[in-house]
Amino acid sequence: MIDMGASSSSFLLAEANVDFMIHGLLKYHLFGQELWLTTTHVGMFLVSIVLMIFAVAVNRKIKKANAKDTPGTLQNIAELVVEMLDKMVDGIMGARGRKFANYILTLFLFILFCNLSGLLGLRPPTADYGVTFGLGIITFCMIQFINIKDNKIGAFTGLFKPLPFLFPINLIGEIATPFSLSLRLFGNILSGTVLMALIYGLLPIFITLGIPSMLHIYFDIFSGVIQTYVFCMLTMVFVTDKMASEE
Amino acid sequence: MTQITNEGLILACSAIGAGLAMIAGIGPGIGQGHAAGHAASAVGRNPGAKSDITSTMLLGQAVAETTGLYGLAIAIILLFANPLLGKL
Repeated sequence: MIDMGASSSSFLLAEANVDFMIHGLLKYHLFGQELWLTTTHVGMFLVSIVLMIFAVAVNRKIKKANAKDTPGTLQNIAELVVEMLDKMVDGIMGARGRKFANYILTLFLFILFCNLSGLLGLRPPTADYGVTFGLGIITFCMIQFINIKDNKIGAFTGLFKPLPFLFPINLIGEIATPFSLSLRLFGNILSGTVLMALIYGLLPIFITLGIPSMLHIYFDIFSGVIQTYVFCMLTMVFVTDKMASEE
Repeated sequence: MTQITNEGLILACSAIGAGLAMIAGIGPGIGQGHAAGHAASAVGRNPGAKSDITSTMLLGQAVAETTGLYGLAIAIILLFANPLLGKL
C-alpha cells in the first residue's frame, strides 16, 4: 500500500511490529497437558527473588537492631512500610484485623513490585489474567472462610436475606467478587502495557529515549501504586464485611 | 475490486465492535469525575479529614471503574484473542 521510502528514511519510522503479548519460552508436558513457561513466570520469579532478598536482609538487620542505635536506611524503610500497612489494616479492619496484616503486607509488596517491574522493561506479571485471577481466588477463599467461620449457618441463610427470591442475584454477587477484583487490576495494568507498547511503536526510534518517561510515571508508577492500594483495600473491605460484628 | 473474504469481514466487524465496546469508557469517566468533585468539596468543608476522604474517594472510583474495564476486556478479546474466527 503506502511505502514511504523505507530505505532512505527508515530511522524516522516507527518500529514495524508492536509487541506486548505474553511469550512462551519453554514447552513441557505434565499429565498429558501441554504447558508453557512464559515471560510471566520469569517476571514473577524475578519479583519473588527481589522480595526474598529484601526480606532476608531486613530480617538480619532487625535481629541485630539495638534500641539505642540510630536505625540505618534499610531499617527505616522496613519500619515505614510495616507501620504504614499496620495503620491501614487497623483503620479498616479494626482490632481483629491484626492477623490479616501479614497477608495484606505480602500482597501489597508483591503486587507493587509486579506493577513497578514494567519500569525495568519486563512485561508486568499482573498484566496476565492468570496471576490476578489467582490473587482474586485467594481473596474469595478468605472471604468465604471468614463468612462460614463467623456466621456459621448464617452464611447460607444470608443469601436469602432481604427476600427469598433474591437468592440467585445474591449468589451471583458472591461469585462475581473475585472476577471484578482481578479484572480491575488486570485491566488497568494491561491497558498501561498496551498503551506504552503502542506509543513506543508510534514514535520514531530516536524520540523514544525521552518522551515516554512521562507516560511511564503515569502508567507504571501512579496507576500501579493506586491499583495496588485499591486491591489491598478492597480485599480488606470484603473480608471485614463478612466478619460478625461483636459488640 | 477484490472480494471480501469471510475472515476479512469478521476482522473488520471485530475492529468496529472493539471501538464500540470502548464507549463504555464514558460512564466511569463521568462517575469518577463526580466522585472527585464531591471529594474536593468535602475537603473544602472539612480539611481535617483529607486523608479519610481521599481513601474513600479512591475506593469508590476504583469500584466505579469496573464497568469501563469490562468494556476494555471485551475490546481486548475482540482484537487479540478473537473467538469469532474459530467459528467459521
